[in-house]
Amino acid sequence: MSSFPALVVSLPLIGFFINGIFGKKIASERFSGILGSGVVGAAFVASALMFLAMVHSPVEGRTQIVSLFEWLSAGSLSVAAAYRIDQLSILMCLIITGVGFLIHVYSIGYMRGDPGFWRFFCYLNLFIFMMLNLVLADNFLLMFLGWEGVGLCSYLLIGFWHDRQFDTGGYPPGTSTTSDAARKAFIVNRVGDFGFLVAMLLIFSTFGSLTFGEVLPRAAAIVEPGSSTIFWITLLLFLGAVGKSAQIPLYIWLPDAMAGPTPVSALIHAATMVTAGVYVVARCSILYALSPATLQIVGTVGCLTAIFAATIGLVQNDIKKILAYSTISQLGYMFLALGVGAFTSGMFHLITHAFFKALLFLGAGCVIHALKGEQDIRRMGGLGSPMPTTRWTFLAGSLAIAGIPPLSGFFSKDDILLRTYAGGATLLWIIGWITAGLTAFYIFRLFCLAFTGEGRWPHDVHPHEMPGSMTIPLVILSVLSVAGGVIGIPSNLGGGNLLEGWLEPIFSTADARLAALHDTPLSMEYVLIALSIGIAVAGAYGASFLYRRRADLAARIITRFNAVYGLLVHKYYVDEIYDALIVSPLERISKTLLWKGVDGRLIDGAVDGTAALVFKISDRLRRIQSGVAQGYALVFVLGIIVILGILVLRF
Amino acid sequence: MPSILTILIVLPMAGSLFVLLLPADREKLIKGAGLAVSTLALALSIVLWAQFDNSQAGMQFTQKSSWIPAFDVSFSVGIDGLSLLLVLLTAFLTPIAMLSSWNAIQKRLKEYTIMLLLLETGMLGVFCAIDLFLFYVFWEAMLVPMYFIIGIWGGERRVYAAFKFFLYTMAGSLLMLVAIIGLGYYASLAPGGKFTTDLIRLFSIGPGIPLGVQIWMFLAFALSFAIKVPLFPFHTWLPDAHVEAPTAGSVLLAGVLLKMGTYGFLRFCLPLFPQSTLMFAPFISTLAVVGIIYGALVSMVQTDMKKLVAYSSVSHLGFVVLGIFALTEEGIQGSVIQMVNHGLSTGALFLIVGMIYDRRHTRAISKFGGLAKVMPVLAVFFMIVSLSSLGLPGLNGFIGEFLILVGAFRSDYLSHWFAVFAAAGVILAAVYLLSMYQKTMLGAVTNPENRKLSDLSKREIWVLVPVMLFIVWIGIFPNTFLKQSAATTKQIITAVKSTTTIRATSEALPLSK
Repeated sequence: MSSFPALVVSLPLIGFFINGIFGKKIASERFSGILGSGVVGAAFVASALMFLAMVHSPVEGRTQIVSLFEWLSAGSLSVAAAYRIDQLSILMCLIITGVGFLIHVYSIGYMRGDPGFWRFFCYLNLFIFMMLNLVLADNFLLMFLGWEGVGLCSYLLIGFWHDRQFDTGGYPPGTSTTSDAARKAFIVNRVGDFGFLVAMLLIFSTFGSLTFGEVLPRAAAIVEPGSSTIFWITLLLFLGAVGKSAQIPLYIWLPDAMAGPTPVSALIHAATMVTAGVYVVARCSILYALSPATLQIVGTVGCLTAIFAATIGLVQNDIKKILAYSTISQLGYMFLALGVGAFTSGMFHLITHAFFKALLFLGAGCVIHALKGEQDIRRMGGLGSPMPTTRWTFLAGSLAIAGIPPLSGFFSKDDILLRTYAGGATLLWIIGWITAGLTAFYIFRLFCLAFTGEGRWPHDVHPHEMPGSMTIPLVILSVLSVAGGVIGIPSNLGGGNLLEGWLEPIFSTADARLAALHDTPLSMEYVLIALSIGIAVAGAYGASFLYRRRADLAARIITRFNAVYGLLVHKYYVDEIYDALIVSPLERISKTLLWKGVDGRLIDGAVDGTAALVFKISDRLRRIQSGVAQGYALVFVLGIIVILGILVLRF
Repeated sequence: MPSILTILIVLPMAGSLFVLLLPADREKLIKGAGLAVSTLALALSIVLWAQFDNSQAGMQFTQKSSWIPAFDVSFSVGIDGLSLLLVLLTAFLTPIAMLSSWNAIQKRLKEYTIMLLLLETGMLGVFCAIDLFLFYVFWEAMLVPMYFIIGIWGGERRVYAAFKFFLYTMAGSLLMLVAIIGLGYYASLAPGGKFTTDLIRLFSIGPGIPLGVQIWMFLAFALSFAIKVPLFPFHTWLPDAHVEAPTAGSVLLAGVLLKMGTYGFLRFCLPLFPQSTLMFAPFISTLAVVGIIYGALVSMVQTDMKKLVAYSSVSHLGFVVLGIFALTEEGIQGSVIQMVNHGLSTGALFLIVGMIYDRRHTRAISKFGGLAKVMPVLAVFFMIVSLSSLGLPGLNGFIGEFLILVGAFRSDYLSHWFAVFAAAGVILAAVYLLSMYQKTMLGAVTNPENRKLSDLSKREIWVLVPVMLFIVWIGIFPNTFLKQSAATTKQIITAVKSTTTIRATSEALPLSK
């Protein structure tokens, strides 16, 4: 079993190399697709076997460290390429390889006929490899390798069709290329990575190690709870998480990332990579438990992001943009959970979200394919009858994200809201509760406009259901979205809360440190649950009513609240503000002040000036050497007189 | 019997004499001879590497023969963990540079080959000399071939650039010469001492020089090295020199010559003038960090690919200087490996820009776009090199930068902010490199002139492949290289940090009158 982690990680890497080196020569979609999916499928089987072995081993023997080689050592720094398999990382492994496998299979159908087919699978495999490194790493540095590696793959895949234009939906005006979106994603992520990097410096100088096994268990003994060191460590790590998981203020890259092919949006920008930030905070739960101030920031940022993104999602017309803002919003929920110390709930929502959001994106991909690239929901409609499988599975995903019981999203979201309330953060609970209503509204607005009513697409387009390679993954994911909640049904709703028990050893130290949750009476819990269901149903019903029956009313509301609508459509003008405050000034300063000013005028001015001065002086000196002997004699005599004069005056 | 190291140093010069005898019209033969000689030198350097004992901190493969006995000047060479990697880098990049200019040089091929070989001897000599006078000779001698390479085979403004390069460097090195003589003079003041330029002996003299004098000597050396690095604000010769230099010149200039400055700090400034080093560490580190940010920002707005890469060097070498003056093992080890990294990745960037230039005779970013469509192989190499240069973990650049940041963060002499600001440079590196990549490689092919460009030839691929191998090797198994410099690094730090005790004894010496 000990070689399994290395196997899990190396399988996708092998796929990457084979497709990368031979893919173009072989030029067979069949070969590239089966190889690319096969290695990930095999990695899933291996992960599942590891998981089963872990289930059957005693709790204290479940953590396994596999050290491959000494990676980097200098001075007192020593970092190994080592993997850590425990209850937390194995869950992530299963999701990455499991959902990843389904999306790989889906891509075989989705990318059919694309000249870059082999390249696509090559990048996808590399992504899986990097993502596995991120979650399996036994130290911060290797995690960072995965962290930046997934960022790279995200960059490569967003810009996969790098010569295509895409609609930014407002700013910069008009269209830009997908490579602009890719670059934006990488750079904004790097701002977060800066936080991660400095956090590592602080961790190393505080603990003398970057290994989880050395840092996390000793954290409570080494740093003072609430000290500024732990505050900065956790805050900087969180900055990294904010970048990767698209939270305020660094979320701006994710909507643009939709420029990539849809399977990429499903895999990277919904199910896996963007949850890496959540994973990091969960992994370092003990550090966060030592810094209540940071936890408050985490919770607040998450909660604000949740409602902020949900409001934007209400009015978007691009099917993928709606899902992108929805993802940002749902990630906000996860951070809200972490912020109130409900680490298990955060992980629970991460898992269910991976199911239903991957499903929704893949469904959107089917729709886009059926309509020959159309992404605007105003030009959809009535897709239910030609595409039944897509419709029913999409409906399952919508119900799940809306939080309608007993689908998976209901349990995980409700768990978060419940614990937020129990943690005493009433304001955050209210915001989270409202967001739940908004969520149900935007997703059913999308569902109704796309699948119900009259078809608003051009006459020459004949939508039809997608092939099995695309619909089977939809069916499997919809089953998971419907039933996935079982793993976390709380005991007061008659469940065993398997997930909490499973992750208990990971979070127990952190849980023990955090103030015990307020005891909420059972009756209150039922009230809260009823309220959540109520607002979800209201949101879903409201959207169906507006967009199926009374489209005129929707239009009237827009005209009535034109200013608000404009603000939302323009996404609160955040891109514009960043551009005016940071990007343009930096460019202007660099160009006019630094390059032309300091380099050109100041430094080179001084250098060239000195050179010119030397030339001038030498030129004068040259004139002295006129070759006229009388002149030399004169100077000679004058010199003697001056020297004599000085001597006379001194004595 | 000359040692293997001496043979290595002299070999390229001997090769250049051989080329001199060849008829000028036998171009193939001349090119072949140049490549053969530099490849032989590479083979020799690998033998050195294999025989090198990395558990030892001191000089190995030493050879010393008296040269000017009256001043105790000798031909004295040797390498330790510090120089080994740089010798390897030099020997590695020279044949690559030769091969890269296989078809690009249209005039005076014979002279060109001779210059490159002479340059190699100069560069190797600088890294191996352990006599200050000998060092100075190599340091100056190497200027001459580089001056001609830029001035004869360069671009349009080559004369201005070559002149600027020459003057800048000369200005620094003259002061260094004065300081070298001053050091020798102080050696003669010790009881029973005499004038010397023997570095090993001077190591025990330097720390004893009264601080008032030592500071000036330190500054004289430091200025010379700072110009070479180049450290902000002495960097303006670099963009001009790079833009005008032919590809091979740029590769060696960025790959090797700039390292002489950082090497100089480590080899001479730190152990010879430890008190001044401690005194100036925060000041020089400030310049380094300013350079990191400044170079990156200016790089961001460049329109010429070579200028962009040149300014990025200012930024990257700022990291190296920061690591040195952090005076920690992690920092200095990181700096040494980062010198190699920069040589590889910036060298490769210049190679790639050169390959594009060979096809289109322009380096203006705006003239390109969508090249990945026409030159997919080049695009892959360009991507890997850009990622290496922007410090992606798993590739070489990250290893150096991370160690330097750790070193700077843990430094006893620098506040945390140095590392924090330096880390911000990491963000900016992504901005300028990815922008250049995007504007040249991605998107649709807009310029019709680019539509028919040929992808890399076999020769060009083989120029780049070895560099890629090392980029990945250092990224994944950096310890192969880090362990070579570990012992020497420890020794240098001990030498600097134990100065307080040496100073106490030195006050007993009749040094100050």
